[in-house]
Amino acid sequence: MNKLKNLSKYAATNIKCYGMVIVAFAVLYPMLQAGLISNKVSGLLIPICAYIVMAISLNLAVGFLGELSLGHAGFMSVGAFSGVITIACLNDGMPAPVKLLIAIIVGGILAGILGLVIGIPVIRLRGDYLAIVTLAFGEIIKNIINCLYIGIDDAGLHFSMKSANDLNLAGGKMILNGPQGAVGIEKISTFLAGVLLVVFALFVVLNLVNSKTGRAVTAIRDNRIAAESVGINITKYKLTAFIVSAVIAGMAGALYAMNFSTIAAKKFDFNTSILILVFVVLGGMGNIPGTIIATTLLYILPEMLRQFSDFRMLIYAVVLIAVMLATNNARLKDLRARVSAKLKTHKGLNAESGGKGDVSNG
Amino acid sequence: MKKLTKIASLALSAVLTATCFAGCGAGGSSNGSSSEGSGSAAIKIGGIGPLTGAAAIYGQAVKNGAEIAVEEVNAKGDLKLELKFEDDENDAEKSVNAYNNLKDWGMQVSMGTVTTQPCIAVSAETESDGMFALTPSASSTDVIEGKSKMFQMCFTDPNQGVASAKYIKDQNLGQKIAVIYNNSDAYSTGIYQKFQSEAETEGLNIVCVKTFTDDSANDFTSQLNEIKASEADLVFMPIYYTPASLILSQAAKMQYAPKFFGVDGLDGLLTLEGFDTSLAEGVMLLTPFTADAKDEKTQSFVKKYNEKCGETPNQFAADGYDVVMAIYEACKKAGITADMSVEEIGTKLADTFTSPDFKIDGITGLGMTWSKNGEVSKDPKGMVIQNGVYVGM
Repeated sequence: MNKLKNLSKYAATNIKCYGMVIVAFAVLYPMLQAGLISNKVSGLLIPICAYIVMAISLNLAVGFLGELSLGHAGFMSVGAFSGVITIACLNDGMPAPVKLLIAIIVGGILAGILGLVIGIPVIRLRGDYLAIVTLAFGEIIKNIINCLYIGIDDAGLHFSMKSANDLNLAGGKMILNGPQGAVGIEKISTFLAGVLLVVFALFVVLNLVNSKTGRAVTAIRDNRIAAESVGINITKYKLTAFIVSAVIAGMAGALYAMNFSTIAAKKFDFNTSILILVFVVLGGMGNIPGTIIATTLLYILPEMLRQFSDFRMLIYAVVLIAVMLATNNARLKDLRARVSAKLKTHKGLNAESGGKGDVSNG
Repeated sequence: MKKLTKIASLALSAVLTATCFAGCGAGGSSNGSSSEGSGSAAIKIGGIGPLTGAAAIYGQAVKNGAEIAVEEVNAKGDLKLELKFEDDENDAEKSVNAYNNLKDWGMQVSMGTVTTQPCIAVSAETESDGMFALTPSASSTDVIEGKSKMFQMCFTDPNQGVASAKYIKDQNLGQKIAVIYNNSDAYSTGIYQKFQSEAETEGLNIVCVKTFTDDSANDFTSQLNEIKASEADLVFMPIYYTPASLILSQAAKMQYAPKFFGVDGLDGLLTLEGFDTSLAEGVMLLTPFTADAKDEKTQSFVKKYNEKCGETPNQFAADGYDVVMAIYEACKKAGITADMSVEEIGTKLADTFTSPDFKIDGITGLGMTWSKNGEVSKDPKGMVIQNGVYVGM
């Protein structure tokens, strides 16, 4: 504890983030291998990893860049579907982890390119306008994928925007069948891959935030005019953060898609964007460890509430409201600060090294 | 005041913790839908479907129908069944979660999922676990493709499209045909594609094809205006009943009255809250089940359903009932007991279902048999709505 205090805030966050992921992995992975985890929990692990990566990505845009992006599910779906197409094109003989890696990289790159294309007009906007435009782009992506027909045969990939019959496939197979989405996806995502992707996302985002670029990005968030006046290139830094966020979201999408045998564009709608935003807001904007915890808890919660059957989603909503109120309640905040201060002085006395009661840790 | 808030917040956090822990310790507790089959060991059947959300009416109907069947089977006493039904909100991801929950509960036989997209995801899981699954209403061929233990109780989408086109041709129902379908929905698009190609071979004259998506399923006036301008005398609607109800009322407002022809998704139209059933007068649909059929089985099912839920069952309820009954018959024939493993039950049930002498007389069809690829073979019935009820035509 005392050591932690002497470290910079940056290092403390890093240790918390990586530590949390590594401890969770170290506990869960052997249990998973030994079959000690129930089907319910083991089925949730990979989606949780994917959503954590999504939440980290969105936190970069919302928390550090300070721009409300409501179309993040769009980037996720681009990553998901390009990953699915990549897998279908790859040679069958290739080992699954290599395939997954290639799919995730391709998903990330394509989402990044889309992030650039969308980012150029969007980044010029601010506040509510940016939120509305990202929302619109998310819906556009969903609708384009909804009418996209892609198949593969010996001659290569076939595209159509009209119908499956227009592909003129000679044998081969359908990869993406319009609104019916992709079916028969190879399930090659693993928990290990999920954790590695979370660590990668953490590595990228934490380092970015604590670099020169990151400081410029947060400066823009805190005061755009002041940042501009000291010569920070606003468009460049905002675009950088936005694209990095898109790339990570695309990677999460690819991981997510390879965990299910079917996905459809419908899944990546406005509701999914909002769900991820809820994870970020509840975890704390700009608070990466908080985001990881919030995502895990909020994803597990509806599954844990299954026994309430009809009232399940009602209780879920009530819990969301309660958590929101509780974390924002001044009295509770005060109480928490006092408790943690008390705990620390107590510990400090025990260790006989007068702690000063660092409250910011809570 | 301060004390009061303190107590309130304490109580609230206590409730929260309690719910969390109660959730963790689930497993054994039932979902209000399991029946009383606990005397001797019961065969555990798990069902998944949308109990909440936009497609909830289907999930609820299947659940109720299946519960009635389980009660009937348990009353007979030769086999004990236990049913647990989980919600998936018509979402593939939630559906897989629900499936894993049911596996923890000890499910031995799956009655698939109610809707198509989730069922494709879940059927991949049941297949890799070697579990037998019979879906009441997931109608896409993708559900059963390449799977040896996955069976369907309903027609496949292509079959519905082909059957509709044939039916319209054979009965000479329309000269100029318009189609309106949901191109963001797998079910609707699947039927339309097959309808289109079959209509071409049958020589039907399709004059106008209009689409909508889930996001634009509120206003159909522009589509209807174009359909009206094309002078179509029959409108084919391979869609669900909620948008169909809006289409019917909007068409009535613009005084456009062609024949409307639908498929099993239109079932539920008459029980939709706030819908003026006089608008549905003369609407035709292909469905395997009608609540006014005179046979004894249907009559007794409708009566029980009415007592239990206070409404007339739709096709989905009947499918749910038939699924449980088919599983029951197959279990009896194959000599399944509750202590067998999932794989063993799966293999035996799949063998029974595909054996040539296995036939089920259900309320959604007589003499139903299943092919090796999991498709059911039964006849669709043409129905027309007259005076607010379905009448065979």
